Amino acid sequence: MTTGAAGWVVRLSGRAASPRRKLMIHRAVRFQVLLAPVLMLFAVFYVYPIVRMLAISFTAGRHSSFSLDQYQAVFTSSLYLSVIADTLRISAAATVGALLMGYPVAYLLARAKERAAGWLMTLLLLPFWTSLLVRTYAWMVLLQREGVVNTTLRQLGLIDRPLPTMFNEVGVLIGTTHILLPFMIFPIYSVLKGIDPDLAKAAAGLGAGPGQVFRKITLPLSLPGVGAGVMIVFISALGFFVTPALLGGGKVIVIAMTIEKLINDFVNWELAAALATVLLVVTALFVVLYERVLGTERMWS
Amino acid sequence: MRRPSLAVLCTPIFVYLVAPTLIVVPMAFSASTFLEFPPAHLSMRWFNEYITDERWLLATWRSLRVAFSVMVLATVIGTLAALALQQARGRTATLLKLLILSPIMLPVIIYAIAVYALYSRLHLVGTDLGLVLAHTILAVPFVFLTVTATSARYNVLLDRAAASSGAGPWRTFWEIRLPLIRRGVLAGALFAFITSFDEVVVALFVGGLDATLPKRMFDELRWNLNPTIAAVATILVSLTTLVLWAGMRSRRPIARES
Repeated sequence: MTTGAAGWVVRLSGRAASPRRKLMIHRAVRFQVLLAPVLMLFAVFYVYPIVRMLAISFTAGRHSSFSLDQYQAVFTSSLYLSVIADTLRISAAATVGALLMGYPVAYLLARAKERAAGWLMTLLLLPFWTSLLVRTYAWMVLLQREGVVNTTLRQLGLIDRPLPTMFNEVGVLIGTTHILLPFMIFPIYSVLKGIDPDLAKAAAGLGAGPGQVFRKITLPLSLPGVGAGVMIVFISALGFFVTPALLGGGKVIVIAMTIEKLINDFVNWELAAALATVLLVVTALFVVLYERVLGTERMWS
Repeated sequence: MRRPSLAVLCTPIFVYLVAPTLIVVPMAFSASTFLEFPPAHLSMRWFNEYITDERWLLATWRSLRVAFSVMVLATVIGTLAALALQQARGRTATLLKLLILSPIMLPVIIYAIAVYALYSRLHLVGTDLGLVLAHTILAVPFVFLTVTATSARYNVLLDRAAASSGAGPWRTFWEIRLPLIRRGVLAGALFAFITSFDEVVVALFVGGLDATLPKRMFDELRWNLNPTIAAVATILVSLTTLVLWAGMRSRRPIARES
């Protein structure tokens, strides 16, 4: 595009400048000048390093030519395959959990009176804006052996021995779902809010009960929001690092943690790059799938 | 009819959402070295520990420094990009938009190791500059989104009106357009700041020996659960609450516009 725009300028400035041409030159130049900083920054510090990482994943080591060794290692090792399976399972479970809790909250928020909705929104925004580390720390405090959850349950006489709620998959799931829940609520809420309330009234007027109105009108119309929420939560969960690393206590291993370990402990860049590429491809597949089903415009709204 | 039961259903979900954010506050005032809740004795001991520990203070200072630079850089770059692409149509424009927004979708661990490899060769590991540039990449999409959202409502005829009244492009921008997209720019700037200030994975790889605040917290949580972190967390939660409260007071809450 940049060369295209430059070509425009050269071609246009060669001719006698009519006011219309002047405007076009002005537009082309402005387009380039405004985009230059972002393109330069992204080319050098984003596209290039990622392309290079992809390239490294197709080598067997330094100064090696093309090889699929790393991918063979990933896809034949039961260790890496189980890490990939665990990551997919945890992400799917967190997505289901977030959907089950997020939908009712979004519904309540969309139906609430303005003042109440404002307060509820503030309650949502507080955890949303709070540092990820603070929230993960809070869960470590809550879920540890002698933590709040276990102590309370014991005082209530519900359990005699502390439940293993941390340093296992349960703890990772509780924390991950908590952190991603707002990302499920916001898109569903904004779609629900946009549904014409007259539709429900019309359906009720035609004799539909509240349950039927919900099933036949509200739920189907809110599905784009559900789709957006599901996708955002799922792909975010796929790449989660901090929360599983802390709440999993080394017993739950996800892809992101394996990549970190391969680089910091084993200095195996090629294998780490291959695993990162697998994660990238899986993420991209879900984004494309989503885009095919609902369209790109929805994705960013 | 349905509403009370819905509210009852939602109450535990709200507790699940909000309680963990608030629970760190009493922890911070505990007098004990062990994590106990509720704390048996109260003290300011851990706040004191925080403000007298040079490593915590240096990490905080570094995070603020980096986040502020990211905020300035990402806001300028992201706003310019949003202005350039807002009326652009066609394949190239769509691809450029996707490129600029893609860091939101990309798992940050992938970006972290890719940029770590680059920085190892450029000797940028451990530098503020390296951290600022990498965080700016992660922050630009948020600025782009918030500015695009506010300028979608911008009436292009205003540009022509300004031009026909004799204003040059610069004057039109500063006096007409910028004031109208101000909310988007400000929201983007806030997002950019938080993105950097809260970022830990990239900092873990390219941050070097001098930690940022999230990296220091991460290391602390990984290896020893010292209650000083509860004091730090309390300060962060208080700041968040303050900003939200200020946002509530000034018109609407600062909601994510994405």
